[in-house]
Amino acid sequence: MKALRLVCYAVVLTGLLISGRPSFAEDTIKIAYTDPFSGPFASGGDEFLKVFQFIFARKNAAGGVLGKKLELVPFDDKLQPAEALIALKNVTDQNIPFLMHCTGSNVGAALIDGVSKHNARNPDNRVIYLNCGALATELTNEQCDFWHFRFSGSVEMRAAARIKALPADVKKVYLLNQDYLFGQSIQKDSKKWLQQMRPDIQIVGDELMPFGKVQDFSSYVEKIRASGAQSVVTGNYNRDLNLLIKAAVDAGLNVRFDAFLAHLIGGPTAIGAAGEGRLTSIMEFNPNAAAEANATEALKVALDWRKDHETDFTASPFVTMIDMLTAAIEKAGGTDPMKVALALEGAQTKDLMGQVNTMRKDDHQLLMPFYAGVFTKDVKYDSEHTGLGWKSYMTATAQDLTLPTTCKMKRPD
Amino acid sequence: MEVVLITLLNGLVYGMLLFMLASGLTLIFSMMGVLNFAHASIYMIGAYLAYTVSKFVGFFPALIIAPILCGLIGAAIEVWGLRRVHHNGHIAELLFTFGLVFIVQRGVQMVWGMLPMAYRVPPSLDFPLFTLYGGNFPAYRGFMLLVSAAMLLGTWVLLKKTRIGLIIQAALTHPQMVSALGHNVPRVFTIVFAGGCLLAGLAGVIGGNYQTTEPGMADAMGPIVFVVVVFGGLGSLSGCFIASIVMGLIQTIAVVVNYSLNDLIRPLGFTISGDNLLAEILTVPVARIGALLPFAMMILILLFRPRGLLGTRDT
Repeated sequence: MKALRLVCYAVVLTGLLISGRPSFAEDTIKIAYTDPFSGPFASGGDEFLKVFQFIFARKNAAGGVLGKKLELVPFDDKLQPAEALIALKNVTDQNIPFLMHCTGSNVGAALIDGVSKHNARNPDNRVIYLNCGALATELTNEQCDFWHFRFSGSVEMRAAARIKALPADVKKVYLLNQDYLFGQSIQKDSKKWLQQMRPDIQIVGDELMPFGKVQDFSSYVEKIRASGAQSVVTGNYNRDLNLLIKAAVDAGLNVRFDAFLAHLIGGPTAIGAAGEGRLTSIMEFNPNAAAEANATEALKVALDWRKDHETDFTASPFVTMIDMLTAAIEKAGGTDPMKVALALEGAQTKDLMGQVNTMRKDDHQLLMPFYAGVFTKDVKYDSEHTGLGWKSYMTATAQDLTLPTTCKMKRPD
Repeated sequence: MEVVLITLLNGLVYGMLLFMLASGLTLIFSMMGVLNFAHASIYMIGAYLAYTVSKFVGFFPALIIAPILCGLIGAAIEVWGLRRVHHNGHIAELLFTFGLVFIVQRGVQMVWGMLPMAYRVPPSLDFPLFTLYGGNFPAYRGFMLLVSAAMLLGTWVLLKKTRIGLIIQAALTHPQMVSALGHNVPRVFTIVFAGGCLLAGLAGVIGGNYQTTEPGMADAMGPIVFVVVVFGGLGSLSGCFIASIVMGLIQTIAVVVNYSLNDLIRPLGFTISGDNLLAEILTVPVARIGALLPFAMMILILLFRPRGLLGTRDT
C-alpha cells in the first residue's frame, strides 16, 4: 500500500515537472484556434488543425516573426457558440491576443459579439478575431465589427463566382440547398446573381431539404429529372452532397452538379467516379491551378503537404491569413491588438498563387480570387488519391468579387 | 405517375434496409428486454468491417464475414458487458449500451479515421436492372431487396420452425422452466444478442455502400431505427416489418409532395398570407419537413396506442 502511494506521488510529481516546463521555454507568439475537434463535425476541425500545424511549421522554419516562433493553442468548441465563448474566456485569461476560428457562422456571430464586448471592457487585454471560414455574408455587413477580420470569401462572393462559372449552354437550373442559415443564404444569393448575371437561365426548381437528415435521395433525383434541369446548383456538402450525387448516378440521371463545397475534405473520396466530368466546385486553391499558373511556391506547399497526408491542400487563404497577420505584427512592432488591427486594415499580401489579396478597411473582408474546378481524370494531381482531381476552368478574380458592403463599422477611439 | 412508381420502389428499398436494422433491435428487445442503444453503432462497424474485408477478398465473401465478425463482437459485449450489468436492472443495461455508442464512435474514428471510406458497390452489381420511364433502377437496390427478403425469411424460419427457435421463445417467457429442463439460458441470451448484432452487421454491409461509410452514419440511422421499433411495437417482428416499410415509403414520398397545410385548408375558403408565424407554419411544403414525419408519427402512436402497431405489451 505504501509502495503504491509512493508510486502515485512519483507520477504526480513527474507530471507537474513536465507540465511546468513550457513556462521556462522560449518566448513565443501565441495564436489561439477554436473549432470542433469532437462530435459529428470533428473531421473538419481536425483537418484544419493539421493544416495550421503545417503552416506554422513552415512559417517558423522561415524564421518566425520578430525573431519569435509562432505557437498554436487549440480549443475545442464542439461547434457550439457557448463552448466557443468559453474558449474565448480561456484565450483572454491566458493573454493570447489572436483567436482563429473557421467553422460555423452561428459560432462566428457569437464570437464577434463576445470579442467586441470583451475588448470594450478590457482595453488592456484585447483580442483580434481572425475568421477563416464562418461564411455568412451578414458577418461583414450588418454584424461587422472592428475586431473581426474575415480571411475567407463570404457566401455572397462565392455565389457570384458560382454563377459566373456556369457554362453558357446551361439554361435550366435546379436549386437544392440545406434548410438552415448557410443553405438559405446560398439559395438567396444564387437567385440574386442568376437574375443579375444570367437572366437567360430559368430556375426550374428551388428547394430546401432537411440538413443532414435525408437518407435516400432518389425522390429528389426524380423531381430533378421531372423538372428537366441541366444543372443542380447546390450548397450541399458532405453527406448531403455525396448521397445526392450517388443517387443521381444510380438512377442514370445525367445532369451537372454545380456545387459550392464539393472539394471539402472527404468529399472527393466519398463521391469518387460518380462525379466525373459533371461535378464542379468553387475552390480557394488547388494544386492543378498552381501547376498551370507555374506558381512554384504554391506547388511546393501543395506537394509538401501531399507527401505526408491523404488529403489535399486547399486552404490557401489560411496561408494568406498567417502571412498577413505576421506582416501586421512586424509593421506594428509587437502583438498589441490595437496596433496589429490597424496594420491589418487595407493590408495587401500576395497569396500562394501570386495574386494580390486585400483586407478591405470598410468591412474587414478579404478580397480574394476563387477558382472553379471540375472533377475529372484529366489532371496532373489527383484529389485524395481517387484518380480524379480538380481542373480549374474559370477564375473569378479579386476584382470580380469586390462587392459593395453595407457595413457601418464602429471604430474604437 | 412515373414519379410515384419509382418513388414507391425506392421507398421499399429504403424500408427494407430499415427493417434489417430494426429487426435485430426488436429481436434483442423481445428476447432480453434490453433496449440496445448501440445497435446503429454495430451497423456502422459492419459497414467499416465490410469495407476492410472486401479490400482483401472482395465484396461477396465480405457479405458473409463482416456480419459474422459483428455477431462475435455482439457475443463479446453480451458475455463480458451486459451480463455483468444485467442484475442491476434495465437502467444499468440502457446506460451501458448508451456509453458503448460513444466508445464505438470514437474507436471507429481512431481506427479508420474521420473521413468517409471509398466503399463502393461491387462492379458485378453496378448496372441498371431495368429502366422505368427514363429512370434506371440499379441492380444493387434489387440485390438489397433480395438480401433483406432472404433475411426476413431466414429469421422467421429459425424462430418459428426450428428447435433452437422453440427454446429461444420459451426462454423468453419462462426462463426458470427452460433452465430447469437443462438448457443453458445465459447462452441462449448470448446467441440472441449475437444474432441481433449479426443482422445489424449485415445491414451495415449492404447499407455502407448504398449510403456513405463514415463516422456519422450511426448517428444518422440511430434515431430513425428507434422510431421504427417503437412504431411497430417493441418486440414485434411483424410490426417492425410493417413499420419499416411505412417509414421508408413516407420519407421518400414526402419529398415529392409539394403541398402544404395551406393547400389543405384553401378549399374551405381560408387564405393565409403575410409574414407571420402562422403563415410560416401553414405554407411550409411537406417536402421540407419530410424527415420529421416519422418522429411526429411516433409521438402520435405513443399518445394513442402506446404498445405500437402490433406490440403485445405496454411499455
